[in-house]
Amino acid sequence: MLKVEEQQPVEFSSTLIEKFDEIVKRYPAGKQKSALLPLLHLVQAEFGWTSVAAMDKVAEYLNIEPIEVYEVASFYSMYFLQPKGKYVLEVCRTGPCCLVGAEKIMDHIESKLGVKEGEVTADGLFSWRGVECLAACGFAPVLQIGPEYTFYENLTEQSVDTLIDNLRNK
Amino acid sequence: MSDLMKVTIDGITVEVAPGTSILNAARQIGGDIVPPAMCYYSKLEGSGGKCRTCIVKVTKGSEKDPRPMPKLVASCRTTVMDGMEVQNITSPEVLEARNGVVEMLLINHPLDCPICDQAGECDLQNLGYENGLQRTRYEFERRTFERIDIGDKIQLHMNRCILCYRCVFTADQITNKRVHGILNRGDHSEISTYIQTAVDNDFSGNVIDVCPVGALTDRTFRFKNRVWFTKPVDAHRDCNHEKCNGKVTLWYKGADVLRVTARKDQFGEVEEFICNECRFEKKATADWTIEHPTHIPDTSVISSNHYETFKPLPVIKENLALQEANKVELEKTSKF
Amino acid sequence: MGRKLLLEHINVPGINTLEVYRQKGGYRAVEKALKTLTPDEVVEEVKKSGLRGRGGAGFPTGMKWSFLAKPEGVARYLVCNADESEPGTFKDRYLMTYIPHALIEGMIVSSFALGANTSYIYVRGEMMPQIRILEKAIAEAKAAGFLGKNILGTGYDLELYVQPGGGAYICGEETALLESLEGKRGNPRIKPPFPAIAGLYGCPTVVNNVESIAAVVPIINDGGDEYAKVGIGRSTGTKLISASGNLVKPGVYEIELGLPVEEFIYSDEYCGGIANGKRLKATVAGGSSVPILPANLTLKYANGEPRLMSYESLSEGGFATGTMMGSGGFIAFDEDQCIVRNTWNFARFYHHESCGQCSPCREGTGWLEKVLHRLEYGHGKMSDIDLLVDVSKKIEGNTICPLGDAAAWPVASAIRHFRDEFEWHVKEPVKSLSSNYGLANYAVPIERKVEEVKQDNL
Ligand SMILES: Cc1cc2nc3c(=O)[nH]c(=O)nc-3n(C[C@H](O)[C@H](O)[C@H](O)COP(=O)(O)O)c2cc1C
Ligand code: SF4
Ligand code: SF4
Ligand code: FES
Ligand code: FES
Repeated sequence: MLKVEEQQPVEFSSTLIEKFDEIVKRYPAGKQKSALLPLLHLVQAEFGWTSVAAMDKVAEYLNIEPIEVYEVASFYSMYFLQPKGKYVLEVCRTGPCCLVGAEKIMDHIESKLGVKEGEVTADGLFSWRGVECLAACGFAPVLQIGPEYTFYENLTEQSVDTLIDNLRNK
Repeated sequence: MSDLMKVTIDGITVEVAPGTSILNAARQIGGDIVPPAMCYYSKLEGSGGKCRTCIVKVTKGSEKDPRPMPKLVASCRTTVMDGMEVQNITSPEVLEARNGVVEMLLINHPLDCPICDQAGECDLQNLGYENGLQRTRYEFERRTFERIDIGDKIQLHMNRCILCYRCVFTADQITNKRVHGILNRGDHSEISTYIQTAVDNDFSGNVIDVCPVGALTDRTFRFKNRVWFTKPVDAHRDCNHEKCNGKVTLWYKGADVLRVTARKDQFGEVEEFICNECRFEKKATADWTIEHPTHIPDTSVISSNHYETFKPLPVIKENLALQEANKVELEKTSKF
Repeated sequence: MGRKLLLEHINVPGINTLEVYRQKGGYRAVEKALKTLTPDEVVEEVKKSGLRGRGGAGFPTGMKWSFLAKPEGVARYLVCNADESEPGTFKDRYLMTYIPHALIEGMIVSSFALGANTSYIYVRGEMMPQIRILEKAIAEAKAAGFLGKNILGTGYDLELYVQPGGGAYICGEETALLESLEGKRGNPRIKPPFPAIAGLYGCPTVVNNVESIAAVVPIINDGGDEYAKVGIGRSTGTKLISASGNLVKPGVYEIELGLPVEEFIYSDEYCGGIANGKRLKATVAGGSSVPILPANLTLKYANGEPRLMSYESLSEGGFATGTMMGSGGFIAFDEDQCIVRNTWNFARFYHHESCGQCSPCREGTGWLEKVLHRLEYGHGKMSDIDLLVDVSKKIEGNTICPLGDAAAWPVASAIRHFRDEFEWHVKEPVKSLSSNYGLANYAVPIERKVEEVKQDNL
């Protein structure tokens, strides 16, 4: 359970609110709660994670109770309820990928970044974690990076090195 | 469609209104053939279907379509059809599957009954006693959570929670604002407010009464006594809350009221929800008009101290299958 | 070369655009259906085609459509299930990436058939790039008059929206998907009522897989009867198979149902055999939820006849010696793979993905994972093997949704066919950490296997 004092206030920009308004129009009147998942994605893309303060604002916008947002955000695996690195490398760790070396790729990322799964590198740039099947098993091993979930397929230790170096120098 | 539906459960036939669930039909018959229900709550819309303790076997779907149902079904969420035939305690398959469900419910349960306030009136304790294995086969560390106070009236021991969702439905349907819910997923799910907020409004105390285990308990329960040393008494007061009629059970130790709860029916459900003032604030005998000792089912540990003997329903006297089903109780009565 | 009904133009440059898609005959089905057929006639064609749901359960699509309740004055919905999260399955992502208009066209025709004026495509949140692709395709189709008000002047209105998920395998289960689309936790609903009566927002709803909906396009273009001529028996048409694991050419293949499994694995037209010159040890033929089979039973039935890629043939022999078509996720294991490790990996997956609503699945999946972990890491006991079978039995059939079964079957089947490998892990705890049990007799010709299978028919 979080202490209330830990919340940092957030502001939603007018462009963000405009995007919200667009999404809510997709559903019948009174069913605006349907927008919750897409809205949380937008919030996370904007702030890098999904904070309590942001969730409370979303609840207010959708006219629902905050607990309804917490329940949903904590159910799904894509919403980060803790701050993460700027780039979160999400490597598939499920059966088919493991048949062709996903576990080695994860070990390599761990030693290359020097942080354990879920942690953030000292420069704040990187986190990594194992995720479940990304529906790309034929192009394994694979990883994705939010918020646009860019996809990297047929990974090798070399291609992972290049990827990380490129992101670092960006 | 006003015609009654005929349904036969463990050989006993009963006629019920269309739309009745198998569980409620069984409750109309009563006795041992009533499946245990850990998550269903007749007063809470949408409850049931989750714990799977109430599973039964439908051996005949209906008069029109006599095929049996391919799987065991949750009796609380399966509607009777005319001519349906159901097996509960007469089916070894059902009993075995139910043992399995109980085992699952217990693998992560702390089994801390000796120090739990609910001991003696815990549905899980009763269920484990009736269906549980003697020895646990689970050799891993049990899931643990911190015990937390959600407000100054209610304490949450998440370790004991069986995720029946009853308290969530109660907060949604009985109180005017829900601040607690189910967070996370799978076996990490937990009841929580997520941020530090108190569960507090006029009717919030009812979550304590609907909780089938000792996960939500009354922080104002004075002296923390074992329930079987306390003596329940039905009482009422003139409550001026518009939704509360002030009918309660007072739990006495000597001359002290230790706690106040709603009155519960024979299936462990509250008869009517009560307000927080009656529950938490009125702990003097002078606040109440006493009616009579509370009826406690014979199977409960609470009744080990006292009173009422088992009175067989008329239907049991006439029916051989039911007599068999209620053998233990009948033997007890004849001893008296 | 087998017939291609969905992927025929996959290699045409620009086929992801409306322009090229139309040059290749795209949107003919919309014109035909909306201008010359009634909704019921479209349903009739789909019934005649014998199309079976491609999302996993294989339920006849036309029949499902005809169950849709049509109360006066109540909206109806079509929701496309693009949650694709079953390990081993990646055909829907492929189709949406390369030929998004095939799905959009299918959605228009299907929505018309069902009388839906608003339809949603629920795409798993991780497929953000595919969501962008679909949104672009929808905008193109709308600009060309295939979506929106009064489509092609026929008076039929349809709005189509893409909805992202939030990362949860369970949202592939159709009622969990509807909950999620309503902005809630992805807890499967307790049925009845079924979505055909009370689905999205309590209205009658049909949920169909991406591939099922895309298949409606060739069905309308060529007629249901023509479609039914492709394939074998009650397995009509073509099927997208996602091939992964230790294959020379993993990827998505469109096959005519009825193709021999052996040809699919070894011919150059399809997977091209096992990678690195290794031998096949086992397969999971229909996505992680279906029973695993050793190589010998993959290629042939217990009686020695060849097994085919069709709903009936894959399940020939029941759970004792067969498996299921599932969602068509074909995973191949070479001789170096460890079945215990893979079973643990899958158990971890189901444990991670259980929604936690019902006790047998919530508690049982974690138990399975923990016991398998202990076996894989050299701390197992002989009795663990039977314990696993027993726990899986206690989950199977006793849960709200089929995820419980999906978690139980891989474990039960792995022990059924590979019990000696599990026992070896107990007997050789140190050796099993650094080496593998290998191919053993899992690929030896079938005749010897029959006896054994009967014995431990669990
Ligand atoms: C746990 C679980 C996961 C599922 N995942 C998917 C999925 O990712 N995609 C899909 O199309 N169907 C999935 N299904 C099947 C759906 O419930 C449903 O049967 C299907 O979408 C119906 O479409 P169809 O008739 O076109 O196959 C899943 C079912 C279960 C029980
Ligand atoms: S706290 Fe009690 S009432 Fe609430 S879900 Fe847990 S067991 Fe049920
Ligand atoms: S079987 Fe598992 S996933 Fe399905 S409803 Fe029950 S707990 Fe949830
Ligand atoms: S197993 Fe990694 S993408 Fe499917
Ligand atoms: S009481 Fe029926 S499933 Fe819980």
